[in-house]
Amino acid sequence: MRSWTARPGDGAVTATSGPGAGVLPHPPGALTATSRTRRTVLRGLPLLPSVVLMLIFLAGPIAYCVYYAFTDMRLTGASATHFVGFGNFTKAFGDANFRNAVWLTLVFTVLSSIVGQNVLGLFLAALMRNASRGVRAAASTVVVVSWVIPEVVAAYLLYAFFRREGELNTILRVLHLPQQNWLFTLPIVAVSVANVWRGTAFSMLVYSAALQEIPADITEAAEVDGAGRWRKLWHITLPMIRRSIGTNLMLNTLQTLSVFGLIFVMTRGGPGNRSETLPLYMYEQAFQDSLIGYGTAVALMLLVVGGLFSVLYLRLLRTEV
Amino acid sequence: MAVVSSTKPGVRRERVRDTRTRSAPRRSRRRTERLVVDAVLLVVTVVFLVPLAWLVLASFNGTADLRVRVPHPFTLDNFHRVLNSDITYRPVLNGLILCGGATALCVVCAVLAAYPLSRYESRYKRPFLLSILFTTGLPITAVMVPVYAMFVQVNLIDTMYGTILFLGSSALPFAIWLTKNFMDGVPLVLEEAAWTDGATSLQTLRHVVVPLMWPGITVVTIFTFLSMWGNFFVPFFLLLSPDQLPASVSILNFFSSRGTVDYGQLAAFSTIYSAPVVVLYAVMSRVLGGSSALGGALKG
Repeated sequence: MRSWTARPGDGAVTATSGPGAGVLPHPPGALTATSRTRRTVLRGLPLLPSVVLMLIFLAGPIAYCVYYAFTDMRLTGASATHFVGFGNFTKAFGDANFRNAVWLTLVFTVLSSIVGQNVLGLFLAALMRNASRGVRAAASTVVVVSWVIPEVVAAYLLYAFFRREGELNTILRVLHLPQQNWLFTLPIVAVSVANVWRGTAFSMLVYSAALQEIPADITEAAEVDGAGRWRKLWHITLPMIRRSIGTNLMLNTLQTLSVFGLIFVMTRGGPGNRSETLPLYMYEQAFQDSLIGYGTAVALMLLVVGGLFSVLYLRLLRTEV
Repeated sequence: MAVVSSTKPGVRRERVRDTRTRSAPRRSRRRTERLVVDAVLLVVTVVFLVPLAWLVLASFNGTADLRVRVPHPFTLDNFHRVLNSDITYRPVLNGLILCGGATALCVVCAVLAAYPLSRYESRYKRPFLLSILFTTGLPITAVMVPVYAMFVQVNLIDTMYGTILFLGSSALPFAIWLTKNFMDGVPLVLEEAAWTDGATSLQTLRHVVVPLMWPGITVVTIFTFLSMWGNFFVPFFLLLSPDQLPASVSILNFFSSRGTVDYGQLAAFSTIYSAPVVVLYAVMSRVLGGSSALGGALKG
């Protein structure tokens, strides 16, 4: 890290009076090259521990990931590691199980994140604005508690809910509706609903904050002009919170792409591979079949997709960093 | 726990005046509208509540199964059975060491890193912050396979400190981002005084900035700890020996080691394991004055 200068608008704090300035008597701009370098290094020094940790434990594994993905590495010890070029990738796309995992990941993401969490979160946030105080407090507490409890606990709770002898079927029996063994017949729907149950609070919080920022006079003006509920929603509310919608969709999607524990506990990717999304497929290949190289290639694809979403997210944010 | 903060007082007064000036049929329409909204919201709440209700009721139930029932007989037996060193104390202690250590590492590093990022300009600052934000979006699950391979090669696998280092580092990008945003809110005036008195930047940070932003640091600390406490896959991948596993992984034993699952004990253990999270979250939203502020901070 070099050339840190004082923040503009600091007023009295010029380059010479900041910490680590080294030489006080010089007027601003008259620092010699060596003392400027020295000041810069001193100022950047507090970043060092974080930078070192992130280089070793985040950038390192990502670089490893790129390297391993092109090898046939195994952790069995007997076989040596060879460079196999794009072999892992051609193998993946030729594998029906991999294509199945890609498809299920897509279904899981669209169903639980884009449709479920996002729409339900907005719906709840909008309802809460017009609800009475007690109901609002109760609803937000319950929704937020299901968000903050640990992932594995949430997974067990929803597992219990969807089991054949679980609560969902009990409710359906009371309502005289057909019952099913949900975890067997519709496993991907069950885990998607679980993810909605667990993740909606985040969208709700983001949208509550966004809705509060809409000035009241605009909606009132629309009411005076005779706009109905749906037109108000479509022409005023949605356009005014579109940035929050974008951010929320990105964050939800990124979160959902890497869901592992929830599905692992509820179904282990089964029955068969009917709820095996990419993270679970990766786990199975890398650890149960100890194909580290191949598993890493799958991980790399997941990383690239996540990276693309992340870039999109940064563009949407357009923060002034 | 009033999580979503209520509408601003000014807005509310406006609305009250509104209804008063409106004609009677309009006012009654408003009232029915509120009733409908309340009813719909209550239905959603009940649906969300069902799994949570099962958790609490089953943990006190002597004959718990998968249905939501009033405990019969009501008993603390499930808690007595799980409160021993093998099932509860050791995993919870492991979790505390793991998450406590990683949180301490992460927050100290994040506060140090946030200082130059918040206080000085540099041509490297923008790219640095952007890459940090970018990293917060990456699916960490995907990195676990190479991390596992790397840990096996350098003999960090199945070590507490190795796992602490990785947990702490993976939480760093977001913690730095959050801390920097909180630090930006601390005015510069007091620091200027310290600087002119000849304090170094570390002294200024410790004696001026940190005391001024303790609510922010509390939030970062609790948030980091909570995300680690619930983290399943990092310890699941990196720790192998049963006596080192934290509660998030040892909970799997309820299924694998015994043939039949004792749902009452599973629920009791889950309650114990989840309770600190709910309490800490309540503390955090109290500090923030409603967690919608966290929503705002998350948006960046």
